[in-house]
Amino acid sequence: MATQHSRSAARVMLAPAVFLLLVWMLVPLTMTLYFSFKRYLPLRGGDQGWVGFDNYVRFVTSSAFWPSVQTTLLIVGGVLLITVILGVLLALLLDQPMWGQGIVRILVIAPFFVMPTVSALVWKNMFMDPVNGLFAHLWKFFGLAPIEWLSQASMLSIVLIVSWQWLPFATLILLTAIQSLDSEQLEAAEMDGANPLARFGHIILPHLSQAITIVILIQTIFLLSIFAEIFVTTQGSFGTRTLAYLIFQRVLESQNVGLGSAGGVYAIILANIVALFLMRIVGKNLDA
Amino acid sequence: MARTVTTQRKSLNTAIAWGIGLLIFFPVLWTILTSFKTEAEAIADPPVFLFFDWTLENYAVVQERSDYMRFLWNSVIIAGVSTLVGIVVAVPAAWSMAFVPSKRTKDVLLWMLSTKMLPAVGALYPIYLIFIELGLLDTRTGLVIVMMLINLPIIVWMLYTYFREIPGEILEAARMDGATLRSEIIHVLTPMAVPGIASTILLNFILAWNEAFWTLNLTAAQSGPLTAFIASYSSPEGLFYAKLSAASTMAIAPILILGWFSQKQLVRGLTFGAVK
Amino acid sequence: MGHIVLDNVKKSFGDITVIPPLDLQIEDGEFVVFVGPSGCGKSTLLRLIAGLEDVSSGTIRIDGQDSTAVPPAKRGLAMVFQSYALYPHMTVRKNICFPLRMAKLDKAEQDRRVEQAAAVLNLTEYLDRRPGQLSGGQRQRVAIGRAIVREPAAFLFDEPLSNLDAALRVGMRLEISELHERLKTTMIYVTHDQVEAMTMADKIVVLQAGIIEQVGSPLELYRTPRNRFVAGFIGSPKMNFLEGPEAAKHDARTIGVRPEHITPSPSEGVWKGRVGVSEHLGSDTFFHVHMEGCAEPITVRSGGEVDMHHGDAIYMTPDPGHIHRFDGEGLRIA
Ligand SMILES: Nc1ncnc2c1ncn2[C@@H]1O[C@H](COP(=O)(O)OP(=O)(O)OP(=O)(O)O)[C@@H](O)[C@H]1O
Ligand SMILES: [Mg+2]
Repeated sequence: MATQHSRSAARVMLAPAVFLLLVWMLVPLTMTLYFSFKRYLPLRGGDQGWVGFDNYVRFVTSSAFWPSVQTTLLIVGGVLLITVILGVLLALLLDQPMWGQGIVRILVIAPFFVMPTVSALVWKNMFMDPVNGLFAHLWKFFGLAPIEWLSQASMLSIVLIVSWQWLPFATLILLTAIQSLDSEQLEAAEMDGANPLARFGHIILPHLSQAITIVILIQTIFLLSIFAEIFVTTQGSFGTRTLAYLIFQRVLESQNVGLGSAGGVYAIILANIVALFLMRIVGKNLDA
Repeated sequence: MARTVTTQRKSLNTAIAWGIGLLIFFPVLWTILTSFKTEAEAIADPPVFLFFDWTLENYAVVQERSDYMRFLWNSVIIAGVSTLVGIVVAVPAAWSMAFVPSKRTKDVLLWMLSTKMLPAVGALYPIYLIFIELGLLDTRTGLVIVMMLINLPIIVWMLYTYFREIPGEILEAARMDGATLRSEIIHVLTPMAVPGIASTILLNFILAWNEAFWTLNLTAAQSGPLTAFIASYSSPEGLFYAKLSAASTMAIAPILILGWFSQKQLVRGLTFGAVK
Repeated sequence: MGHIVLDNVKKSFGDITVIPPLDLQIEDGEFVVFVGPSGCGKSTLLRLIAGLEDVSSGTIRIDGQDSTAVPPAKRGLAMVFQSYALYPHMTVRKNICFPLRMAKLDKAEQDRRVEQAAAVLNLTEYLDRRPGQLSGGQRQRVAIGRAIVREPAAFLFDEPLSNLDAALRVGMRLEISELHERLKTTMIYVTHDQVEAMTMADKIVVLQAGIIEQVGSPLELYRTPRNRFVAGFIGSPKMNFLEGPEAAKHDARTIGVRPEHITPSPSEGVWKGRVGVSEHLGSDTFFHVHMEGCAEPITVRSGGEVDMHHGDAIYMTPDPGHIHRFDGEGLRIA
């Protein structure tokens, strides 16, 4: 299915999408690179000339840099760990025979439809508020002192909120994958004397590996750039400042575009490292 | 599959699954319930669950305070138009990748996905400048363009995975039957891929609807969608849970209802077409 | 209409040459069958003619016109695919009508041709069904219907019957032959089933590894195979080959005798062997005979019922007029 004719048609048809994304990628990238070598403060004197690698050095040596990288990786890693593990368990559960499976499935996927600003606000105020939140009531009910979630356990809270949003996605993909497993395979293993744990470890889990890769890939794409959850809850305080949020503050709050742009370049590098790593795995699994 | 399961076992499964399902759903449920309470009941200690004086007052106040309909309309336009434009750009691209694959197809696809990994903050200021230059700041057109671009890789990928399930022979048959490339795509491929395209549209509509970085940073009074509408409720602290809940419910209701009615496509779409 | 000439046509996928340069001429109105073992390039050759693949070099002329670079839609050919390739979202009527719609024929003419094709193929009562609601044989007929409404210069079939069960296959074989008789349009038919080839073809093209081994009428191929490969491929059951002293007696490296040209006898004959498996088909009986100095058992046909069993001694006499002789290269010695 490939003639010269269809191949050139294919190039023409692919061109608009590639062109748009190329522009979308290259134009801001070039501008960010350009600003990153300048001292540029829009509200305080504007463009003040070239400064070489100054911004880069200042950005990494600022005390906020490494913690922000750490925070980013912790949030992404924590959410991935929670959603994948709970997702597998939940998928196994939902695959069991039960009454009202369809309704349970709707209940479980509902959080995915809630926009991040709403879920952050709801969690922050109605659950995690140390005075009026439901958790505070619950803690008091058991005679415990309410926790100030977003300051005392800020990272845990953010990971919890984000995991709640992404658990449906992981569960659904993994459930679909489990349902595609040929039940004869499981029965054969049972005949061979494999107990449920062995069946899970030797048959179900390997079968799920592709789905898990997909979950990790897609979630990482979205998690690296979470913004609203932090913007609405802690505004980056209490150790929840991700690299993305740090850059956001540099550019928008302190209006230091040069410095923020250098940060942007670091973020791009970090994203590329993660992407490279992920694409390796996914590329291999994509055709499987 | 034809395993008989004891009723006892099934009851246990049902109980556990419903318990967990309700637990996961609870924040949504609680928000909806609270939106019908008075502010006093909303923070009552101990909390009231169902037995309170149901009221619609919060909705009235929210509508009055912040012109819900305008935000809603902006959301619909931004999410809807960006998704449709994305589909129009992506269908030909996905056709190329699925039916005329080359050695580079996979690389192009992965490159497209990787553009989604680039940190948006890195591009924020440049885009901001460009938007000012082109007069796109705080316009729906501007947001449609951005939403289309950020979702394009996902749309292309999803369509690609759906198209790959369609046997190439059928398209070849159309070609032999004298169809031009245009008719091949419009009359043969697209109708065959309707379920996949529907799932793609639905999922990307939701992603665009819920997107909260660009919508918060590139809009102000004019073109703000519901994400901006709800963000305006984040500042005043204190006794406003019922109103916050009403506003939240209004922001998520359209998607929840849409999701409810198109469950099958959604479940399919939510897997991004990647898992069969 | 329907005169196709391949001139020095070559096809490679990357570094792999699937079809080395070949020449082939297909006359107007001919029923040509491409046969050969799996992977020999039959489909590729057909797709080159169809225009679904580009030739790597060489030219294809259809009715005297150089069509090498003409896209499939413009070649005026119709193709029936192995998987039928029906449009699942269209009714049978719409499927058959599709090529006419693409050709922008006027509506009345479209309807007329669809009705006519449906009548010819006994599809009239299924016109409003979807392909998913049809049996394999009916789907096959829809695919043929879609091909005939265009009144193409030639029909291309790629193993159209291989998804059907044995009984249906015989029926469809006859229908396609019937269609050819009626339309007198050039047909190119790909199969790896030599029975289909023998029964349907005016002209058989035997391919091996992309090379044309022989072109000829079925009987020519049967009577005077050009080489050992064709001799072994055409005819069922396969021709027996003997080497060594038996062949030397006929001044050949190898000799070949078809099972139907050997007379078995319990008492006397030229060759002696021992009966192995025997297959009783009612009208015929095939004995697989083990003979000293022969690695492969020799297949012998006997008409009617013969009373010989496993392990019995058997004598065989080849018909001297039907002994095929081949040289060291496997080529026929005249
Ligand atoms: N797109 C392609 N890329 C690389 N090699 C190909 C391609 N298409 C076919 N081939 C190779 O060309 C050879 C001929 O294939 P072709 O499909 O023509 O065989 P065939 O004779 O139709 O076999 P069958 O009877 O099994 O259908 C095979 O070895 C096949 O692997
Ligand atoms: Mg073939």
